[in-house]
Amino acid sequence: MTDKGAPLLALDKVETRIGPYHILHGVDLVVPEGGATMLLGRNGAGKTTTARTVMALWRASAGSITFGGRDITREDAPTIARLGVGYVPESMGIFSDLTVAENLRLAAISGHLDPKRLDVIFSAFPAIKRFWLGRAGTLSGGQKQMLSIARAIVEPRRLLIIDEPTKGLAPAIIANMIGVFRDLKATGVTILMIEQNFALARAIGDTVAVMEDGRIVHHGSMAELADDDALQRRLLGLSMSAHQ
Amino acid sequence: MSNPVTAPTTSDIPRQPLDWLPVALPLMVAIAAFPLVGNPWTWLTLTVAGLAMGMIIFMVSSGLMLVFGLMDVLNFGHGAFIALGAYVGLAVLMPLTPWVEATSVLLNSAVFALALCAGVIVAGVVGFVFDRLLIQPVYGNHLKQILMTTGGLIIVEQLIRAIWGSETVSFNLPASLRGSWLLGEAAVERYRIVALGIGSAVFLGLLLVLTRTRIGLMIRAGVENREMLEAMGYRTRHLFVGVFVVGAMLAGLGGVMWGLYLQNFTASIGAQINVLIFIVIIIGGLGSTTGCLIGALLVGLTSNYVGFAAPKIALFSNILLMLLILLWRPQGLYRVVDR
Ligand SMILES: Nc1ncnc2c1ncn2[C@@H]1O[C@H](COP(=O)(O)OP(=O)(O)OP(=O)(O)O)[C@@H](O)[C@H]1O
Ligand SMILES: [Mg+2]
Repeated sequence: MTDKGAPLLALDKVETRIGPYHILHGVDLVVPEGGATMLLGRNGAGKTTTARTVMALWRASAGSITFGGRDITREDAPTIARLGVGYVPESMGIFSDLTVAENLRLAAISGHLDPKRLDVIFSAFPAIKRFWLGRAGTLSGGQKQMLSIARAIVEPRRLLIIDEPTKGLAPAIIANMIGVFRDLKATGVTILMIEQNFALARAIGDTVAVMEDGRIVHHGSMAELADDDALQRRLLGLSMSAHQ
Repeated sequence: MSNPVTAPTTSDIPRQPLDWLPVALPLMVAIAAFPLVGNPWTWLTLTVAGLAMGMIIFMVSSGLMLVFGLMDVLNFGHGAFIALGAYVGLAVLMPLTPWVEATSVLLNSAVFALALCAGVIVAGVVGFVFDRLLIQPVYGNHLKQILMTTGGLIIVEQLIRAIWGSETVSFNLPASLRGSWLLGEAAVERYRIVALGIGSAVFLGLLLVLTRTRIGLMIRAGVENREMLEAMGYRTRHLFVGVFVVGAMLAGLGGVMWGLYLQNFTASIGAQINVLIFIVIIIGGLGSTTGCLIGALLVGLTSNYVGFAAPKIALFSNILLMLLILLWRPQGLYRVVDR
């Protein structure tokens, strides 16, 4: 383990049921303060469910979740968001009837857009500036993804939970995203990212957790996983050479 | 809401192509009806009547549309607020008959405004209680919502019968709102113009709140994706109660107007218009205020044209209208809600 500091977010034996289905079977996940933790795993492993449980969009039926030393297991989604958690859901959650500007304005809980942060957003995602007054629903899939990320960082946050930001994006855009997330990390924000693209995960992750059937089956440093071809094949069913 | 950030220059923003076709629809219906009606003056009279009726239907539908869109709550009891509005209007106008009959425009307007305010307030208060007692306990369950809210409608109707009796009641318009203006050979009733004016004001007001205020932004966002709004830090529960109460108030306002439009009605005035309201919401597309207005105008116009040209199929015409629109746009004219 290469934990950089005390955990900002910690899940302890978290179980989640969706209706009659038992999805998470005791997830133990530690997200150290600062840096990026990547949550990997095959389709259906329970990554999205884990993120939604942290955001209280699903309720943990057992176990506990702490954020910044505070027990948030029983808190509701608005409270958790206001503690400084920005969430980029797998489905992006864009308000398509609102303009790009309105989406961002709403994401700023303080009610004010900070010009400095906006400049950072504009330079990372020029499309957001270009379509500022356009209806968000008319953005392309990649542009929606950028808007969803921009919303999460429009104000200072302590933790960003980002669920598969590269889903369906062109390789050139993914390369650009790596730069954006590195810059974000440099601002000191902690990132918990779910990602299937191992090249991207390796490029930004400091720590890594791998899920399988609703449990964390591996937890360690990204460097260690990146260097261990056999471990990758066992955990992720992939080899480095196929994903470079 | 102040936005200190200078937006990027507008020149490089590709303008959004507006979806104009639905907006032109009422106009197209009016033009299509022209040869059907034959006489241009009759056509004008019917058109004004249809637009006025449409505006009142819009007032009573808009609140329900937002509630349905925002919280996915099926409220079959919305008609209760309309009936309450109509009877409270009656209760204000009856004892103030001298003002109603006075030849003073001032007194007439005052008593009219009083009736509207009373209808709005009573419907708002009952709406608040309705939400607490009947809707919050069955949150998230459509079947129970239908049963509970239908029950609520029946209770309110029976209360009205207990207070005002089950016979048809009738009341008079304030003196200066009666009669019509002659436009060529067309008789344009004054009250219809008033209804058009009030309806337009309600529409513009709603549009302003929804597009220019932060609360409006939250409502529109919540209609589309409530969960995301919560995950961004906003508690939608309070928002919903507010929208529900305002929706009830608008229904109360529309109820007073509708009662005065009909002039004769019974306690089932609300239940009778319930079907029309759902037709309007389905036509308009869930969650869109503009769609709701267009749907209401279409229903108002169609009812009047068909009622004149082919009274036998009048009852059926709105269903037919809905089917035609759904064939064209299965989601309604402008659907916002992603469900
Ligand atoms: N709303 C739901 N109702 C029932 N089962 C669900 C629901 N959402 C997810 N599941 C189930 O929970 C399991 C985990 O799903 P989850 O979305 O968390 O996986 P994931 O790791 O994010 O997968 P992917 O990489 O495909 O996004 C899956 O078996 C899925 O079928
Ligand atoms: Mg997922």
